Amino acid sequence: MKSLEELRKIKERALLRRQMASQGAKARIIVAMGTCGIAAGARDTMSAILKELEQRGIADVTVTQTGCLGLCEYEPIVQVQVGDQEMVTYGPIQPERVPVLIEKHVLGGEPVTEWQIKQ
Amino acid sequence: MPYRAHVIISGEPEPTEAVRVALVDRLNALGLAQEIEVLEASDVTVAPRGVEMVVYPEGVHYVKLTPDDARLIAEEHLYKGRPVTRLMFQARKVERLPEPSTKEVRVVLRNVGKINPEDIEDYIAEDGYVALGKVLTEMTPEEVIEEIKKSGLRGRGGAGFPTWLKWQFARRAPGDVKYVVCNGDEGDPGAFMNRRVLEGDPHAVIEGMAIAAYAIGAQQGYFYVRAEYPIAIRTLRVAIQQAREYGLLGENIFGTGFSFDLEVRMGAGAFVCGEETALMQSIEGKRGQPRTRPPFPATSGLWGKPTNINNVETYANVPQILLKGGEWFASMGTEKSKGTKTFAIAGKVKRTGLIEVPLGITVREIVYDVGGGILNDKAFKAVQTGGPMGGCIPEQYLDLPVDYESLASVGSIMGSGGFVVMDEDTCMVDIARFFMEFAQEESCGKCVPCRVGTRQMLEILERICAGQGKPGDIERLETLGKYVKMGSLCGLGQGAPNPVLSTIRFFREEYEAHIYDKKCPAKVCRGLIEYRIDPNLCIGCTRCARNCPVNAITGAPKQPHTIDPEICVRCGICAQVCPVKAVSVE
Repeated sequence: MKSLEELRKIKERALLRRQMASQGAKARIIVAMGTCGIAAGARDTMSAILKELEQRGIADVTVTQTGCLGLCEYEPIVQVQVGDQEMVTYGPIQPERVPVLIEKHVLGGEPVTEWQIKQ
Repeated sequence: MPYRAHVIISGEPEPTEAVRVALVDRLNALGLAQEIEVLEASDVTVAPRGVEMVVYPEGVHYVKLTPDDARLIAEEHLYKGRPVTRLMFQARKVERLPEPSTKEVRVVLRNVGKINPEDIEDYIAEDGYVALGKVLTEMTPEEVIEEIKKSGLRGRGGAGFPTWLKWQFARRAPGDVKYVVCNGDEGDPGAFMNRRVLEGDPHAVIEGMAIAAYAIGAQQGYFYVRAEYPIAIRTLRVAIQQAREYGLLGENIFGTGFSFDLEVRMGAGAFVCGEETALMQSIEGKRGQPRTRPPFPATSGLWGKPTNINNVETYANVPQILLKGGEWFASMGTEKSKGTKTFAIAGKVKRTGLIEVPLGITVREIVYDVGGGILNDKAFKAVQTGGPMGGCIPEQYLDLPVDYESLASVGSIMGSGGFVVMDEDTCMVDIARFFMEFAQEESCGKCVPCRVGTRQMLEILERICAGQGKPGDIERLETLGKYVKMGSLCGLGQGAPNPVLSTIRFFREEYEAHIYDKKCPAKVCRGLIEYRIDPNLCIGCTRCARNCPVNAITGAPKQPHTIDPEICVRCGICAQVCPVKAVSVE
């Protein structure tokens, strides 16, 4: 350590790193990408989700994947969590259902119950 | 298209490039190149672990990667969403502290449970080492001591000696070689304040020690931590190593020519080594026994050199004081006891655990507001502060402010922060016996009054608890206690009689009940209680007889049972198993 300036730079870097790790996303979309999901077209669903978010200019939504949920007959499965609300599991979600899902649930906050997988 | 994920790669240039190429190739093949951004960074973490990768937004951290691993991560994690557990870095879980209650103020504990103690940058993000930088580049040692004086900080190890004065003695002591020592030999039963600070925010203590070293003119420091704290020791070693890598320990810190380094020494489990002179003997590799003072450590300490020794919590306060100013620190607390203090609340309260409160808070506020009140809403009886050398504070002092002078005025001490709450079911004679047993076992044996006196006091207490107390025992305890206090060199002997003397002072009638009436009012001492079965309530279910470990209970089925007091060992199992509560304690 040579100067306070150097220390300040490390601090900025550390803060940035911390911010990236806990980015305050408004909502989370999780696509099930197990072998079953991919076989059922989860890649296309994923691409459609990314495209839709881009077109609408939505930046505060994270898109991640998960593996097989054990509900292979419902693939492609998509899970949506808005804020602190409970996560909702949907399936099957083909690319053409994506715009409605994002419009109603991600932006509107209202789950699309008819596509929801119910236990 | 926006990127849905970012991958940051770092490591030595060549292997990193191979991993990056493998990753990008596979991402292209999987058609993910538009979704995932691959970035390179000089370092993603402090301690390099080969080629590393961090995948956001999840923040999954992979270490020691080969090109094959990168391809696997692309397929499994980035394509299928299954993080590859076996390649992940197993970071230590940061143990969080519960949210503070309204009466709590966190200064020493501010970072504990919040930052990753094994990552120096997490500490730097919280303005870590800014105080050290400021001190070294802008302040003279005298100004540092002056700022500490303004803050009113007093030793948190228990005695409450003004920290600035200690530093000034060491500064003014002649000699080229001086030392700073951190006392982390936290030995009070149930106390773990310092452990949590060392495990959760080690750099605050390191920074505090470096500032003290600058103030007194030392270049070498020692951490003395008890071996029973392996995680604290490991965390400290990692922290010291990282501080060296960042040039915050070692030669020419902040380009000022100031050099300072630290070593960790482990204590081997002797309680007396928490006493400063015994501690320094132990660091030197000698048998841990206190010696006479003067000379005080400030003039002749470690290896006969001027030494400043403070407790973990004292040092942890120092960086904050220099960062925010002495006035800020002095704005908390009472006139003579400034700042905050950590306590480990234990015993019969609803919320036990680690707390930090401004000094001057009342006992009632700690017990009822922070601690949530007495367990099962029983009656408060006393609180024992200061560990085994402290005293018991009874109910009439519930509104006593917790500061050095007030605690001393009722025969107790601040100590390092033990706070044991007792309810109506606690026998004060038994408590005094317990602490005397601890002190007796831990007496190093150097001073005869402590070695023999505590033994005698313990034997009298054991006799009283066994129902064989004699008239004159209380007076004998008082006399012995006085001599042990007067004739011992260190705090152990000087404090050992405190639990006995303070319980005699405030609960004399309990001692008298034990000795003259042969009764234990709290029904704890086995020699003075008797279990009886009420024949009107007993339904003759035989459960007590079947569970009695010594077959002291007789009686035919469906007939009232009786306990033979000659055989009974007063274990209380019969009372626990009785379905109709027919067993009572007398």
